[in-house]
Amino acid sequence: MNDKHISSQFDAELGSISTRVLEMGGLVEAQVGQAVYALTHLSHETAGQVLAAEERVNAMEVEIDNDLWTIIARRQPTARDLRLLVAIAKAIANLERAGDEAARIARTVQRLINAGVSSRLRLPLEDLGYESTLAITQLRKSLDAFARLDIEKALEVLKTDDQIDQEFEGLMRKLVTYMMEDPRTISASIDLVFVAKAIERVGDHAKNLAEAVIYVVKGMDVRHNTVESVEAMVR
Amino acid sequence: MVTDTLERPAAATAAVHKAEVRNLSFYYGDFKAIKGVSMAIEEHKVTALIGPSGCGKSTLLRCFNRMHDLYPGNRYDGEIILKPDNVNILAKDVDPIEVRMRIGMVFQKPNPFPKSIYENVAYGLRVRGLRNRTELDDRVEAALKGGALWEEVKNRLQDVAFALSGGQQQRLCIARALATDPELLLFDEPTSALDPMATGSIEDLIHSIKQKVTILIVTHNMQQAARVSDYTAYMYVGDLVEFGATNDIFMKPKRKETEDYITGRFG
Repeated sequence: MNDKHISSQFDAELGSISTRVLEMGGLVEAQVGQAVYALTHLSHETAGQVLAAEERVNAMEVEIDNDLWTIIARRQPTARDLRLLVAIAKAIANLERAGDEAARIARTVQRLINAGVSSRLRLPLEDLGYESTLAITQLRKSLDAFARLDIEKALEVLKTDDQIDQEFEGLMRKLVTYMMEDPRTISASIDLVFVAKAIERVGDHAKNLAEAVIYVVKGMDVRHNTVESVEAMVR
Repeated sequence: MVTDTLERPAAATAAVHKAEVRNLSFYYGDFKAIKGVSMAIEEHKVTALIGPSGCGKSTLLRCFNRMHDLYPGNRYDGEIILKPDNVNILAKDVDPIEVRMRIGMVFQKPNPFPKSIYENVAYGLRVRGLRNRTELDDRVEAALKGGALWEEVKNRLQDVAFALSGGQQQRLCIARALATDPELLLFDEPTSALDPMATGSIEDLIHSIKQKVTILIVTHNMQQAARVSDYTAYMYVGDLVEFGATNDIFMKPKRKETEDYITGRFG
């Protein structure tokens, strides 16, 4: 396909906005990673860094939004250009919310530390680490899919989403066991339930991003469908 | 089920065709300007023809009222069937004047007759033998109302038409075309000589008159095609590349060539 517009300025605008989405994605990915590090290492300092990054992520969302409106107003994009811009609007909203989840985790970590939770208390932090590795991988893959408008990569993200959900359920059972065995962990475990949910949501945002990639490339809205039917449709 | 948001469910009622182009080719002497185009024009809808200069869109439009007959050496091949009576308007035994009675045309530059506003609209009616003054008055008023011009000219009907602004002149030409109740109205770049305000009022007018008349419009302005039309045909060097619902063409065209053109990648 001919990728260049007659107006090279339009190409430059689209290129610039896509780059900034990826930059924002990188920032959010790092934020989630740091939040998980703060959790598994009970690091007050790293949690603080996550919260500091939130402001930057929010500002980026506003800036990219503003650029989007400008391009739409001035270029009146159609077809895949229009789909790309609509997808960017969705992508940045999802990234911003993934960033919010990272901040939520960071605040929980600070609260846990302030409440005197230490690594001596037996908690399934390792398992949360595994769930978050899955979520971060999903986020990275969906950003890769977005960068290259790669349908296969987007499909991979959709297929893997189930794993995070299963991991989340496993964690719930584990946390209940911990609470029954040692009632001193109840308070912290309840916090971890919310952390696990936040990580699971990061995975959901990654999935939304992957669906947006399919929308750009194929012009198909594949939300609310089983992975099998999506696969059948896009191939 | 996976849904394709860009496609809308088909209307419950079957589409009624106002005209059918069947394997139409057109030659300017030896030059083949249209290469076997087939398409159906749906009744009471706006169909837009888009494409780069020289793609044949204006040539195709002009076939509809036999304008090419005016020059020797021009040749039609194929048919344009006008419904509901299934007459092939390109047939040699069909009088072009008869065709033009049923199919009106509005041009790029407003071309009112050097007569009064009233006479511009009444002219076609008089040619058709209408003499009764009261009836003429009524038909002129109705046509000017149809052309969204009545309120602006009702007190100056005897003024010469050239006293009107460009946008008003174009609406007068539309009113003039509407006066004789055509079945199909052809627009050849109707707003390219007008400012955005006048363009907006013409587009609004196109939207309102399609209840009465089927419309075929050629435009260089793709956003205009997107705004006013129900169906869009993309042509390139005499071929009909893609023809479909305007929503599909502008959101998810099936052909790469169409997508490249409407997104400005054509080159």
